[in-house]
Amino acid sequence: MLSEKARQEIRTLCQQYPSHQSGLLAALYVAQQEYGGWLPPEALDEVATLMGLPATYVASAASFYTMFHRKPVGHHRIEVCTNISCSLLGADHLLAYLSRKLGIQVGETTPDGQFTLLEVECLGSCGTAPVIKIDDQYYENLTEEKVDHILDRITTGKGRAS
Amino acid sequence: MTGMQTKVLLRNIGVPNSHEIETYLSRGGYQALQKALREHQPAEVVRIVADSGLRGRGGAGFPTGRKWMFLPKGVYPRYLICNADEGEPGTFKDRVLMEHDPHGVIEGIAIASYACEVHQAFIYLRGEYELSYHRLRDAIVQASERGFLGKNILGTGYDLDVHIVRGAGSYVCGEETALLSSLEGKRGHPKLKPPFPATEGLYRKPTIVNNVETLFNVPFIVEHGAEWYRQWGTERSPGLKLFCVSGHVERPGTYELPMGTPMRTLIDDLCGGPRDGIPLKAIIPGGSSTPMMPAEVALQTNLDYESIFEAGSLLGAGAVIVINEKTCIVRTTHRLAGFYRHESCGKCIPCREGTDWMYKILHRIEHGQGRTEDLDLLLDICDNIAEKSFCPLGDAAVGPVRSSLTHFREEYEFHVSEKRCLVDG
Ligand SMILES: Cc1cc2nc3c(=O)[nH]c(=O)nc-3n(C[C@H](O)[C@H](O)[C@H](O)COP(=O)(O)O)c2cc1C
Ligand code: FES
Repeated sequence: MLSEKARQEIRTLCQQYPSHQSGLLAALYVAQQEYGGWLPPEALDEVATLMGLPATYVASAASFYTMFHRKPVGHHRIEVCTNISCSLLGADHLLAYLSRKLGIQVGETTPDGQFTLLEVECLGSCGTAPVIKIDDQYYENLTEEKVDHILDRITTGKGRAS
Repeated sequence: MTGMQTKVLLRNIGVPNSHEIETYLSRGGYQALQKALREHQPAEVVRIVADSGLRGRGGAGFPTGRKWMFLPKGVYPRYLICNADEGEPGTFKDRVLMEHDPHGVIEGIAIASYACEVHQAFIYLRGEYELSYHRLRDAIVQASERGFLGKNILGTGYDLDVHIVRGAGSYVCGEETALLSSLEGKRGHPKLKPPFPATEGLYRKPTIVNNVETLFNVPFIVEHGAEWYRQWGTERSPGLKLFCVSGHVERPGTYELPMGTPMRTLIDDLCGGPRDGIPLKAIIPGGSSTPMMPAEVALQTNLDYESIFEAGSLLGAGAVIVINEKTCIVRTTHRLAGFYRHESCGKCIPCREGTDWMYKILHRIEHGQGRTEDLDLLLDICDNIAEKSFCPLGDAAVGPVRSSLTHFREEYEFHVSEKRCLVDG
């Protein structure tokens, strides 16, 4: 269930627009945050009810956008850009390295639920390739050593490494 | 070396706390807005921007003033959308502006909105751009506190609200009509044009969609005048442009140059030439959708719409992707084909099926299972996607495939006959 705070946030968001349906993406973000980073069917239903939209409509809209996850994700999402500029500078090796290091394939989550490894399209950081995004943070000009360092800091609870 | 760059648009980048309003004001920020509101009627602002010859920086290069003149007279409300979806592989200039000079973006939006008689503007921001979101959100709050946004701006009676709408990971939503669908809370499907957004856009009301960099130019033009702006660039491509350079150069990054500057100046002087001295093979001059050029051809061109077009490609968004001789062109094209296949929205058949076929064929060529007839088959599919798709994403998908087959066919042939790359890369 969405918390009352989240429901209120969604209502307020929708009122900001000339048409309240324009708040749909923002509402889905709020719901995704509440549900631990993904959108189970009940989350979509709740958003639909709140916004007065058909449930199938909301599910279909949500499925269009890659940032709405319809499968559970780990505590941290590691998104590796493998598009052109990053792959020119070794993104594929970096992805393979991460996959080996975490012991999972792309799209999978580590058994302890800590990390989900994802391959993504251009992150808009091509001048500092190769690039990965972990949760909300970009990490640029990466090498295997830098990746080791970043993951160490995250797993030892020292938070973000820049 | 960076001394060779022009520093007008990027004048605040690198200044400590460049994103704060105090910094922006201390460097002359919001003067242009005051001038526009106090000294000009909206139509005069449109005229100044039209006279400057500014062309849209989102990729298509459409004259900005002319677009604003398309707004039907007497129809209100009107909306303005700042297109901050920046999804074209190779492009990152808008992010630089939004993160480091968000008030410049806001001031541009405010002046453009005034010119177009808009009271509600939206920034459609790509979902991944977290820092841009925070910087723009704070900038809107700061600007509102100082009376540059909101009700009765600077006591002139002009009202403007600016909202940020966050996208959620879809390249096609950068296309202006798909963007409108997304902003209306739908799947991001493009709409049929005409009607163009300027006549019938958001909620079927007249809507101007402009790129971040386009709007960012507006305060400079309004403050200093059309003639001043035309001191840079060529007759048909006036002004200053940001170029994002990525790939195999020593110093990739965002550079500001007058339109018409030789490509060589950008690559050799500003970016320090080929990375590790390895000779270049190809250059994609305007972002992943624009045709790939042999490096020696690209290096003879100048960076303006006309020169690049005459040389067989497009300036696009000014995202220069540099590829050296150790890179396999088949592999690179295969990766781009995967991108367009993923991003095709599925609405029209030529693009949905065509991008899938292209990907599958390139996949088998890349993995040593290609057939001789595949190369012509690919070109045939290109002909059936280009100009036959519902929106320009189809044309975009064809860009790298057709051009790489034209210029680097021997690499494809080698892959088919030898079942491996011509280069180790
Ligand atoms: C597939 C596709 C993606 C696009 N993505 C963007 C984008 O991310 N940002 C942008 O400003 N324009 C993008 N455009 C161009 C827009 O449709 C539109 O031309 C532009 O926003 C107009 O602004 P301008 O005249 O200021 O350039 C895209 C076009 C296509 C076909
Ligand atoms: S290609 Fe990786 S960030 Fe653009």
